[in-house]
Amino acid sequence: MVPLSWYLVLAAALFCVGLYGVLARKNAVAILMGIELMLNAVNINLVSFWHYLNPQVMAGQMFTIIVLTVAASEAAVGLALIISIYRRRNSVIAEDMDLMKW
Amino acid sequence: MFLTPLVAQQLTWLIPLPPLLSFALIVLFTNRSKLLSHTLAIGLMAVSWVISWVVFFNTLTITNFGGLAAVIQNAVPWLPFGSAAVGTQPLSMGVLVDPLTGLMLFFVPLACLLIFIYSVGYSNFGLPREAHDVPGTPPHGVEPLYSRFFAYLSLFAFGMLLLVVADNLLLLFVGWEIMGLCSYLLIGFWYARNYADPKQITPRQAAVKAFMTTRVGDMFMMLGIVYLYSQAGTLSFRDILYNRDVLAHLASAPSIIVGLTVSHVVGLLLFAGTVGKSAQFPLHVWLPDAMEGPTPVSAMIHAATMVSAGVYAMIRMFPLLSAGWVPGGALTPPMLAMAIIGSFTALFAATIAMTQSDIKKVLAYSTISQLGFMIASLGIGAYVAAAFHLVTHAFFKALLFLGSGSVIHGVEHGHHETEHSAAPAAEHGAEHAAAPFDPQNMFNMGGLAKRMPLTYWTFVIGGFALAGFPLVTAGFWSKDEILAESFAHAPAVFIVLGLAALMTAFYTMRQISLTFLGQPRSPAVEHATEHEPIFRPMLLALVVLSFFAVAAGWVGIPEHFPVIGGLVPNWIESYSVGGLLERPEALAFSYWPLLTSLVVALGGLLLGWWVYRGYQLGQADPLEAPLGPLYTLLRNKYYFDELYDFLFVRPVYWIAETFVSVWIDKGVIDGTLHLIGRAALRLGDIFRNDFDLPVVNGFGDLVGKSVNRFGRTFRVIQTGKVQQYLLVLMAIIVVLGAVLLLPGLR
Repeated sequence: MVPLSWYLVLAAALFCVGLYGVLARKNAVAILMGIELMLNAVNINLVSFWHYLNPQVMAGQMFTIIVLTVAASEAAVGLALIISIYRRRNSVIAEDMDLMKW
Repeated sequence: MFLTPLVAQQLTWLIPLPPLLSFALIVLFTNRSKLLSHTLAIGLMAVSWVISWVVFFNTLTITNFGGLAAVIQNAVPWLPFGSAAVGTQPLSMGVLVDPLTGLMLFFVPLACLLIFIYSVGYSNFGLPREAHDVPGTPPHGVEPLYSRFFAYLSLFAFGMLLLVVADNLLLLFVGWEIMGLCSYLLIGFWYARNYADPKQITPRQAAVKAFMTTRVGDMFMMLGIVYLYSQAGTLSFRDILYNRDVLAHLASAPSIIVGLTVSHVVGLLLFAGTVGKSAQFPLHVWLPDAMEGPTPVSAMIHAATMVSAGVYAMIRMFPLLSAGWVPGGALTPPMLAMAIIGSFTALFAATIAMTQSDIKKVLAYSTISQLGFMIASLGIGAYVAAAFHLVTHAFFKALLFLGSGSVIHGVEHGHHETEHSAAPAAEHGAEHAAAPFDPQNMFNMGGLAKRMPLTYWTFVIGGFALAGFPLVTAGFWSKDEILAESFAHAPAVFIVLGLAALMTAFYTMRQISLTFLGQPRSPAVEHATEHEPIFRPMLLALVVLSFFAVAAGWVGIPEHFPVIGGLVPNWIESYSVGGLLERPEALAFSYWPLLTSLVVALGGLLLGWWVYRGYQLGQADPLEAPLGPLYTLLRNKYYFDELYDFLFVRPVYWIAETFVSVWIDKGVIDGTLHLIGRAALRLGDIFRNDFDLPVVNGFGDLVGKSVNRFGRTFRVIQTGKVQQYLLVLMAIIVVLGAVLLLPGLR
């Protein structure tokens, strides 16, 4: 039986990968992908806590499904924004999107 | 009577209205058309005249006219504020024609109408408008304010007719005041006129002077009316004056002044009103200066309307003034005042008239003097004589004024002509200003009899009537009656009036000699004329008036007069006493007053002719040497203007300009206000500088500036790089997480 901590370690690793991607990548699409990784790391956390600690109630699963839904929506919106920016500025580099700069 | 009473009443209501209508129409609609305006004014005045004469001649056919229920009277309620508790009746507005009103209706509308007609010529109707005529100055072409002139005249006539037909004292007072206003407007008609000599009174000032002076009298008169109303309970003439009970009550009831009864106090107050209106001493000063108005106005004021109104009011109130007096007994205080002031004024004004050089000023003082005759005769109880003289005087004085206007016009015309021939037209205005020619100065005239024959003859008729030329002129009969009455009742008055009559004849002849006889004494007079078309209406008025100046006397020939007495019934006597309760007895004939009349009239005329027969240009007035310093005194009108200036005008100016304006208004009131203002300003400064600016504004600015600085400082973190934000977010989460989760850091 695989203990809970393994899952948690996996999830933390995955989160860190995602976080690194978000913070370090230049491509906005890659940043989005990093966010997806972080969300899914959280999902793993949720599912494993549910499974190991309180399998009688469905809350963990339900929460995960909601997160997935949010992630899908977020990806759709994010990609749409990126496409829109690309059409206007001909770039998907996050550093070029500095309209809000002082 | 050929009118039914109802028709007569209604016609009487209509008498004053046509002039009012023409005033309104001219002011509102026709003032742009000179022709239409004067047609309206004259036409409607003629309507008024016709109605008046119909009513008047109707009264001749009423039996016992003036007696109980034998007058034309009609009244409607007007001001319902009487109260039965204090015994006063509501005020009514109504008309009354009794013998006295009848007499007034005989001459007032006729004289007004003739003056209106005269004004057409006098205002140069028919001449073109001259370019350099300024509105409000005497014109050379047609009067620029022609329509306005006729509007004012109409209103004036309305005021007089209203006063004449009024059946109560209040309505009479209304007409009285309307005339006061109109005299102001008309005396100041040439409001823009200025003289080179700053001491010479301008029409503007003369208008104010007339208005203010008569106002003094009016004030007393109003007090008298109010007092009478409070005591008698009514202001209706017939209720008071034709009622023995009321008169007896008023004559015996003690008044607010100890020693005088109500009728005395009321009489004296009303007489004060007449003193102002009829220019008796000491309120006579306005009338000579009223000559600044156009001449038809002078005729209007001094003959037909205004000054007659004062005497009319006195004759009207005579039963009240004489209440308690029995013929031959002691005079009542109001009568005594009238006898003294009247006779004094008659003499006093006559002396001044002897030395005046202005043709109109002589007539002005003669008016004052003749009014004095009337007042004095009323004062000694000679009711009929006063009324008679009022009528004849109106005719011959109107005639004289209009004649003098014609003279002035003719001389001005001649002056215009000589100037035009002497100087090119371009220099006209400048020369005019440099050498002012006085067309009214009699010493510049002479010989006008040949240049203006018709004016001359009418003027002689008027002058002889004024002087009382025996038998043929109206003035003789009326003045003779006054003298006869005073001879019988008050010898002192007789002597004074006789002297005044002598002077009257003298200054009249002096005027005629200087103006018409001898040789012309200036080029303007040599060219004077009366043959221009504009003189036609003027001469028409003169001729009609001169007829009445002669004929008006025939109705009053005493019955016992030698030779011609009784040929014509003494109509004026029998007619005018009709309105009196106590009819005076006819005077027994005496030769003394008649002889006096003859002597003073003829002697004065002869003396006047003799003294002035050879007067040459540049000579001093022949009176100057024999009279010496007295001449200067008379010439300066006893310095009354100066005295009043010193006693009243300057103190009032001082009170107004120094006391009230400088001290009270600018000193105390303005000072206080300025103090409050300065204090408020100071307080405001303190608030502003020491509180508002540093505290309120400082705080507000500080907040703003702080926010600004804060923003400036921190805006650098807005890099616009999303990953940096995330990094910061991360760091914060890590720190927060550490703080929250690690127990050691809590």
